[in-house]
Order: sequence, then C-alpha cells, then structure tokens
Amino acid sequence: MALTALDIYKNLPQTNCGKCGFPTCLAFAMQLANKKASIDACPDISDDAKELLESSAAPPIKLVKVGSGDREIEMGDEVVMHRHEKTFYHPVAYALMVDDDSPDIESKVQATEEMKFERVGQEMQLDMIAVRSKSGDPAKFSSAISAVKGKTSVPLVLVSQNPAVIEEGLKACGPDRPLIHAATKDNYEKMAELAKANNCPLAVLEDSGLEELAELSKKVKEAGVEDIVLDLGKKPLGKLFQELTLVRRLAIKKLFRPLGYPVIMFAGGEGASEGLEAAIGTVKYASIVVMKEADRAIMYPLLTLRQNIYTDPQKPIQVKPGIYELNGPAEDSPVLITTNFSLTYFTVAGDIETSKVPSYLLVADSEGLSVMTAFAADKFTADTATELIESCGISDKVNHKKIIIPGQVARMSGKLNENSGWEVVVGPRDSSGLPKYLREYVGA
Amino acid sequence: MALELPKEKWVGKIGQVVIGALESEGGTRTSQVAIGGATSLPFLGFEGEYPNEPPIGMEIFDVVREDYPEVVRKPFEDVIDDPGKWAKKCVEEYGADMICIRMIGTNPEEENRSIEDAEQTIKELKEAVGVPLLIYGSGDEEKDAKVLEMASNVMAGERCLLGLAEEAAYKSISVATMSNDHGIVAFSNLDINLAKQMNILLTDFGVKLENIVMDPLQAGLGYGLEYSYSVIERIRLAALMGDKILQVPIMCGTTRMWNAREAFKEDAATGDSTSRAIFWEATTGLSALLAGADALLMRHPDAVKHVKESVKNLYGGGEQ
Repeated sequence: MALTALDIYKNLPQTNCGKCGFPTCLAFAMQLANKKASIDACPDISDDAKELLESSAAPPIKLVKVGSGDREIEMGDEVVMHRHEKTFYHPVAYALMVDDDSPDIESKVQATEEMKFERVGQEMQLDMIAVRSKSGDPAKFSSAISAVKGKTSVPLVLVSQNPAVIEEGLKACGPDRPLIHAATKDNYEKMAELAKANNCPLAVLEDSGLEELAELSKKVKEAGVEDIVLDLGKKPLGKLFQELTLVRRLAIKKLFRPLGYPVIMFAGGEGASEGLEAAIGTVKYASIVVMKEADRAIMYPLLTLRQNIYTDPQKPIQVKPGIYELNGPAEDSPVLITTNFSLTYFTVAGDIETSKVPSYLLVADSEGLSVMTAFAADKFTADTATELIESCGISDKVNHKKIIIPGQVARMSGKLNENSGWEVVVGPRDSSGLPKYLREYVGA
Repeated sequence: MALELPKEKWVGKIGQVVIGALESEGGTRTSQVAIGGATSLPFLGFEGEYPNEPPIGMEIFDVVREDYPEVVRKPFEDVIDDPGKWAKKCVEEYGADMICIRMIGTNPEEENRSIEDAEQTIKELKEAVGVPLLIYGSGDEEKDAKVLEMASNVMAGERCLLGLAEEAAYKSISVATMSNDHGIVAFSNLDINLAKQMNILLTDFGVKLENIVMDPLQAGLGYGLEYSYSVIERIRLAALMGDKILQVPIMCGTTRMWNAREAFKEDAATGDSTSRAIFWEATTGLSALLAGADALLMRHPDAVKHVKESVKNLYGGGEQ
C-alpha cells in the first residue's frame, strides 16, 4: 500500500526545522504523500528512512524502455485498474514475430514497416519485431537479426532461452537495447549477466504460477537487472486473463514490487482469433502483445481499439477544425456545421454519409466539446461560426451562401445571419435525423 | 511466504433475468437464456460467481433498409426478405442464443407497415425458431405502443424482452411488458446517471427490477467505444459495490458499429473489407463484455463465431 502522510511523518526527523521549505515535518509529510514534494528537500533524514521512502514513492509499475532513438518504446508506469479512474498512460505495443529460419523475413518486415495508418490525426503502426530462434543456431539468429535491422529501426524482442543464442543476437543488435526474452529458472543467471552487460531489459518467463514468477523476478533483480518485463507463459486464455488482472492488482493496490513490471503476452490462435486475444490484452493489462500475423484488416481495427482505450478520459479526442468533404460535393452542395468533438464529428459525418447527399461539413473548434455543451460554454457561438465560415475558404467552394446549423443551437440563427451574411437554415435537433432531412433538402 | 492473491469481495449481486419460457412453463420455447447473476467482474469467477456464459443473440429486421451494408447482407441473401427464415438460419447455422427483431418497417416515416402485417411477422418468427425472442419497436413512440402491445399479446406466455424503453418513451412499453409478464430493455445513451434514472422510472411505474435488462449503448469501435467502455465498467463497479438500482444485467448491441462505413467500406489500405468488418464487429462486442456486459446482440455470423470462441476460452479457462 502507498504510505500515508502519517507513515511518512514517522520516518522524518520530526524536528520541524523548516529547511525543506515547509513549516513542520507533518506539513512536509503531507506534501510527500501527495507527491508534491521530494524527499531530497530534507537534509537531516537518515539513509535508511530515505531509502524506505524513496522505494515507496516509486511508481507501482516500473517504467521500462525498450529500443533506442525515436522509435524507443516506454511501457509500464500505470497507476489505475480502470481507465476512468485517471487514464492509461503507455499504450500497449504490438510486435510481429518472425522466425530465424523463415525464408521471407525481409519481405515480412518490409510489409510491416510499410503498414502505416492515420486516424483522427494520429499515426498508427506496429511497434516492434520479435525475432524467434527456431533453429537454435546462434549464427542463424544473428543473421536473421541483421536482416530485420536492414529493414526497420523498431525495437526488437530477441526470443530464445539459450544464452549462447541471445549472446550472438545481442552482438548483432549493437547498442539498440532489445528486450531479451526470456530468463527462466534454469538460465536466469546467464541471461541476467547478458542483460546487464548490454544494458538491456529482460523478460522473465514462468508459467507455473504468480508466486514462482515473483520469485524469479526477485532473483533477476538481485542479479542486478532493473528493467524487467513479466511473461506469465502459455496457458488457457481464461487463466491468463485472470492472472493479468491479479498482477496488475498486486502491483497497483498492494505495491508488490516483484510483480510491479510491464507484462508481455504472446497471442494465441490465428487470424481473427489471434486478433481478439490481442484485443483482450489491449483492454486488460498487457504492455506488449506479440502476434504471428499482421494483416491490415486486423491491425487497423486493433490499433483503433488501442487508440480508444488509451485516450485520456479527461481530454476528448478532437478532430481537426476545417472543411470536410462528404460524398463528393460540388458547388451547389449543402453546407453544414458542427463541432470538433470526435464523437460529434463521427456521428454527423456518418449520418451525412448514410444520406448519400454530397455535402460540405464545417467543423468548428469547440475544444473538443459536443454541440450543446460547447454552445452552453460559449465555445460554439455565432461569432466562432462566423469566423470559421470566413477563414476556412468555403465561399470559394460553393456558389451559394446557405448554412445548415444543428437544431439544438437554433437560437444562434439570427446573430449568425447578421454576422456572416449567410442564410441560416435550422437542421434536425439530432444527427440521426440528417439522412432524411438532407434527402428532402436537396430534393426540394 | 505464500503470495496472497488480491481477490475483491464484492457486496453486490447482479440480478439474473431468464428469457424464453419452455413448454413446462407454459411457453413454446425450446431453449432459455439466463442473463447476469454475477458477483464478480467479467470472467473473474475466482472471486465470486460468474454463473452464466454471456449469451449472444443475433439481430434481424422485419424489413431491411436499402442501405443495409453488403457485407452483413451477404450471408443472409437467400433469406433476408423473410424474418422467419432469417432467424432460423441465425439459430441453426450460426448458433444464435436468442433472436432480436427490430420492427423498423412499422415506422410511419419508413414503410409504415400495419399492425396486422407486423403481427404476421411476429407469428412467423415465433413458429420459425425455438430460442428466446427480443422484440424492438422502430423508435416511433405512438406506433411502438401499438406494435409492442400486439407483440406482447402474440408472445403471451413466452417470456420475451421488449424494447427499447427510453427516458422520453417508456410507459406504453412498460404496460405491454407487464401485461404478459415479459421483460423490458431499458435504453440509455452513454450516461451512467441516465442508466440509473431509467431503472428508477421503470420501477416507479411498476416494472419489477428483476424484469429489467439495461442497454447503456455500446458505441462502435473508433466511434466512442472508450465512452461506452468506461460507462459500462462504472455501472458494473457501482453495482458490485452495492448500488441496488444498478444491479441489473447489461445487454449491448454492436448495432452502432454498422453505421461506421470505415468498418466495412472498400479500402485496400486498411485490408480486406469483409475481414475488417467482421473483426470490427467482434472487437466492438468483445470489449463490451470485458467492460461488464452480460449479453450481446450481433449481426455478422463470423463475428458471432469469433466472439463465442473468445467467450468460451475466457469463461472456461480460468478458476471459477
């Protein structure tokens, strides 16, 4: 459990000297408990007390970095069980697995590298490549890694339980800090040495139970490895799902350090089944999901799921303000206006698409608020709408000056007309009325 | 020292709603579905009860709109103009645990089908399949009152779910529900407070809490799924923590996902459109279950198949 202000106070000198900048030790303890002060501010604290307080202040799940350069991945450092409690910070990383004896490594990696999507202004793509030593031959592993590195700079996962194979693989990686997968109870000493010598994160694999896994991660840490990733091993999906939840709870609610690390999971199944296992890992607590396939038809929705789940609940996704052309509009097409809350935009755009009526949709910057909320908060007004109409260049695209506004903001009609000189037409109150409305509008 | 696993002790218990009346109970259904009954979070049977594997129903229409997406029309091409045959195919070939028919053709602004026509449809559907049925109106308050009253009578003794009760229109559907001991689906739009309010309105009106299933709206993947996910999760957590009025089973549909053309339009950059649509629907449905939904309504047979497989693996694989 996280220490309370009182727990912290007991470990302070209790001299109320004020050198930390707070009048009393208790005041300082309260700031520490709220993570608003650093223990370093106290000059008189004993080393033991300092270590205790520092370790209890460490995040419940360690932040672990894999790779180097601009495609380095950060994972862990999550603080809640449920996204609405705060947010999930570090999106799960998707890794494609290739085998070292596969004849088409380069083309597979190339295809993955070229698989880039853009969605609501965010770039989405696969994050890692896992190279598995299937041959058991160190030289073959090393050349497979070189082949992968020739095509991509994403972080790698080196998959082998043979230290000799990993050692060769690490040489091929140079300073790139791949994730070594994996240390087991049989090889952990050698693996820990390799991880330390190469400054790499190390996955620990133990499928017999969480207690055994915790034992192993402790040993690896004692051997000097700080950056640890947990692998719960292959087991029935239901069991894995339960353990993923338990690991997260132990870390976050009990501050149980030996399991306070990010988790890697290998998705089972094929095609859509594999995709759904990856989806389960995305929603519930995996930090890396390794997959055997990367079909665009699966990856695009999966990356969209990640985008959804890892959105900060306090900050709604916004779309870029401006003109959106739907159903191939021409100069006599209707012009509609709405706000840039993503959900609002998607709903309205979807309903316009359903209508099949070629239209221009103007999206106003409402700082991500929906139409009614933005109107109430003065973020979507006759003035902001006028500004958008004038600045976005819609006048150059259409041969009329008629704009359809949401029925809920009918009250802004008069002022909008006065300000902009555009004729204002009040549309349906709810977006779902748009298909019928638009068909009648252009029919009339 | 043995590692103590942190199991939550929830005080709340989600109600269980059984739909479909067997012959022994005076109905003609050949199977039943139990929704809800959990005292744990989804698929965490080790810390409470999670007694019912979430059932998956399939959604059909009395009349199919012209713009119904091709990808989900195709598997039913031969039967889509006949709700009875359509339902039969869902059950016999694709393993639907229940059938939900949306009577959109009765809407005065669409085909404005008569009550007599609608009655014929319901009767055929009742004969065609033995699984429990859900009957939804078209969203036109006045017409729905008549359609659902008729449906309630035609299905008397069969224990259906009638829907959708909304904040602005719940009275006539409540009456239809109560008159023949059916259950009711309470719809709310992405809002935990409204979900709660719906249950209060219905119970104040006389509907028993144990006859309510709530649909807090599952938004489509990429179209607000995160809001739904958190709303459902918050509802479920509040219920398990003791909020009695929210201790009602949750059923979600993937309906909204089929409004998102992105999910199924032709676009090589985002992969084969059929595979994408199927996975899109499966992901939309599965995440509702992971958040706390106790039952699903879906459309594409392959999406149903994939979610059923995942549910089976999640449900059976762990400690119970």
